[in-house]
Amino acid sequence: MPEPSKKISKSPVHPLDDLLRTDRIPHIWCSGCGTGTAFSSCLTAIKASGLELDNVVMISGIGCSGRAAGYVKLDSYHTTHGRAIPFATGMKLANPKLNVIVFSGDGDLFAIGGNHFIHAARRNVDLTVICVNNLNYGMTGGQVAATTPFQAKTSTTTTGNPEAPFNLPLLAYASGATYIARWTILHTRDLTNSIIEALNKKGFSFIEVLSPCPVNYGRRNKEKSLDTLKLYQEKGIIKNNANPADTDIDFEKGIILGKFIDIERATCIENYDKTCRLV
Amino acid sequence: MKQAVLTGAHYLTGDEACAEGALAAGCRFFGGYPITPATEVAERISERLPEVGGTFIQMEDEIAAMASILGASCAGVKSMTATSGPGFSLMMENIGLGIVTETPCVVVNVQRAGPSTGLPTMGAQADMMQAKWGSHGDYEIIALAPSSPQEIFYQTITAFNLSETYRLPVLIMTDEIVGHMSEKVVIPDAKEIKTVSRITPKGKKDNFKPFKPGPNGIAPMPAAGDGYKVHFTGLTHDEKGYPVMTVEAQAMMMAQLMNKIRNNLDKIIMTERYRLDDAEIAIISYGVSSRTSLAAVDEARQMGIRAGLLRLITVWPFPDDQIRRLANQVKGFITVEINLGQIHYEVQRCAGYRVPAYLVGHPGGTIISPDEVIKVLKEAF
Repeated sequence: MPEPSKKISKSPVHPLDDLLRTDRIPHIWCSGCGTGTAFSSCLTAIKASGLELDNVVMISGIGCSGRAAGYVKLDSYHTTHGRAIPFATGMKLANPKLNVIVFSGDGDLFAIGGNHFIHAARRNVDLTVICVNNLNYGMTGGQVAATTPFQAKTSTTTTGNPEAPFNLPLLAYASGATYIARWTILHTRDLTNSIIEALNKKGFSFIEVLSPCPVNYGRRNKEKSLDTLKLYQEKGIIKNNANPADTDIDFEKGIILGKFIDIERATCIENYDKTCRLV
Repeated sequence: MKQAVLTGAHYLTGDEACAEGALAAGCRFFGGYPITPATEVAERISERLPEVGGTFIQMEDEIAAMASILGASCAGVKSMTATSGPGFSLMMENIGLGIVTETPCVVVNVQRAGPSTGLPTMGAQADMMQAKWGSHGDYEIIALAPSSPQEIFYQTITAFNLSETYRLPVLIMTDEIVGHMSEKVVIPDAKEIKTVSRITPKGKKDNFKPFKPGPNGIAPMPAAGDGYKVHFTGLTHDEKGYPVMTVEAQAMMMAQLMNKIRNNLDKIIMTERYRLDDAEIAIISYGVSSRTSLAAVDEARQMGIRAGLLRLITVWPFPDDQIRRLANQVKGFITVEINLGQIHYEVQRCAGYRVPAYLVGHPGGTIISPDEVIKVLKEAF
C-alpha cells in the first residue's frame, strides 16, 4: 500500500487562508458567536466575485464585528466607533476604482453611526455595507442597542427593553439604498450569494445578517447558541421582494429573510460627475 | 481642466485664499460641513475642485467630514476640511485617529468666540489649547497661525507639506478676522511653489510594515489599492499595524508618534522676529493679534521703549528654546492673544518665572487694539 501523502495530512490549507491574516489568528470572537460565519461568507463572496483583490478594501467601525477588518488580508481600516461609512465615503470618492466593503455591527452602524448610514444611502455611495446584527452591544458586555427587540433583557435593561427597535431594511429603503437583503448566519449560501451580488452592483448595498450572541444576549434571554439557530430555522420566512415595511424583527410572528430591493439609481459619483464637472 | 494655481494678483478673503492655497498644494479632496466663519473655504473649493479633477463633498456633520478626509488620504489623495469651534470639537476623535494611524491631512479652524455656540460671526483665538490637547490621549501636533490672506495662502501649502512629510493631521489655526478680511493675495507661478508628497514604498509588498519608520524617521505610506494589503487601526499597534494590547507596544508606538515631531523641531518651528535684537520687552503673538502687536512695537519704540515682537507662525510644537533664550535677554514678556490666557501660560512656563510674563487678552469678539498693549507695557515695565 502506498504511504499517505504527508503533505496533505500535515498542513491542510483552508481555502480562504489567502484572504486571511493568518498571523492574527486566533480571533477574539466567542464560541457560538455568528460573526465568524458572516465573515467567512464575506470572504467566500469576495473570492467568488472575480474582483481584482488589490482594489477591494474592507472598513470597519468599533465592536465585535468591527474586528473583521483586522483579520482580512486586504487593505483594511479599523476606524472610530460609528464612522466606518464616512471614512469609506471619502475613500471611494477619492479613488472610484476601489471596491469598498463596510463590515460592522448593529450598534456601530445604526446607533452611533446611524446618521452616516442614512446619508450614504441617500447619496447612493457605491459601498457594500454588511451589518452583523446580534441585537445588542457584545463587545462591552451586552447592553441594549437600537436593534434590541422590545422587552428583551440586556445588561442595561435588566427588566426588559422599554424601546422599540429599528427595522433596518425599511430604514435602508427609506434612505435610498439600491440593494437590500437580510439573512441569518444559518443561511450562509444565500448570504454569500447576496454579498457577491452586492459587490458587483453599483450603488449603496445593504445586507443585514442576524447573528447569535450567546454569551451576552442569549444568556440573558434564555437562548443557548443552538436555540438561536433553531429560531432562525423555524421562524425564518424566505420572501424575496418583500415589502421592507413588513420586515420588522418579531420572533413570534416570524422573521422575513431574502433579497428585498435590487433597483438601479445613478451613484453619488455618477451624479457628481454629471452635475459638478462642467468643464 | 482649469488651472489649479491661479497665478496673478487677486483680492481675496482669508477663507478664499486658504482654498486656493490648498489647490496649489495639490489638495484634491475636501469633505466639509457649513459653519460660520469657515463656510467660504468650502464654498470656494466646492466650485474649484471639480475644475481641477478633484472632489468636494458636503458631509452630514463635522465628524463625517473629518472621517471622510482620512479615508480620502488613505486612498492616496491630499485632503482637507475647514471648520470653526463647534465643528472642531466634533472632529477631535477622528483627529486622534489621524494621529495614531499617521494619516496626512489638513484641518482648518477659522476660530470664533466660544465656548459652545458663542459668537459665530466674531473672531477669537481661544481654541489654541484645544488644538494641542483636544483629542484624548497624548500626542504631538503641528498647528500654524496665519495673520493675513496672503499668509494663509502660503501656510496652507506649508501645512500640506508638513502633513505629507511627517504623516499627521496639520492644523491651520486662523480666526474669523483673517478669514473674513479681504486683502491682496499674490499667487506665484506654479513652478515656484514647492509641494511635498508623502513617501510611498517601493519593492516587496508581502508583509509590508506601514508603520516602520524609514531612514528619515517616517514610515513610507502606501495608498489603498497599491497592493500592500495594509491594516490601519485606532488601537495601539505594532509596525505592521496590527493591534497589540501591551504596555511595551504602547510605549513603542507613542515614542514614534512623539519623536517624529520632537526630533524635527528645527524644521517644523517657524517664527518671525521684529525689532527683537536689542529688545528689553518681548511681545509674543500670532495670527491676527500679531498685527496688533506689530503696531504696538512701533508705537512703543517711538516712546523710547525697546519692545520687540516674536511672531509665532508655528504655534505647536511650541518654540520653547526661543522663548527660553529671550528670557535671558529681556526684562519681561507680554503675550497678545484673543483669549483669557492660553499661549500666555506657555510663555510663562518657558520664561521659568525668571522674568515676568503678562497677558494682553480679550474674551473674544473683536481684535485687540495696540493701545491696550501699550497700556500694559507702560504699567508693567
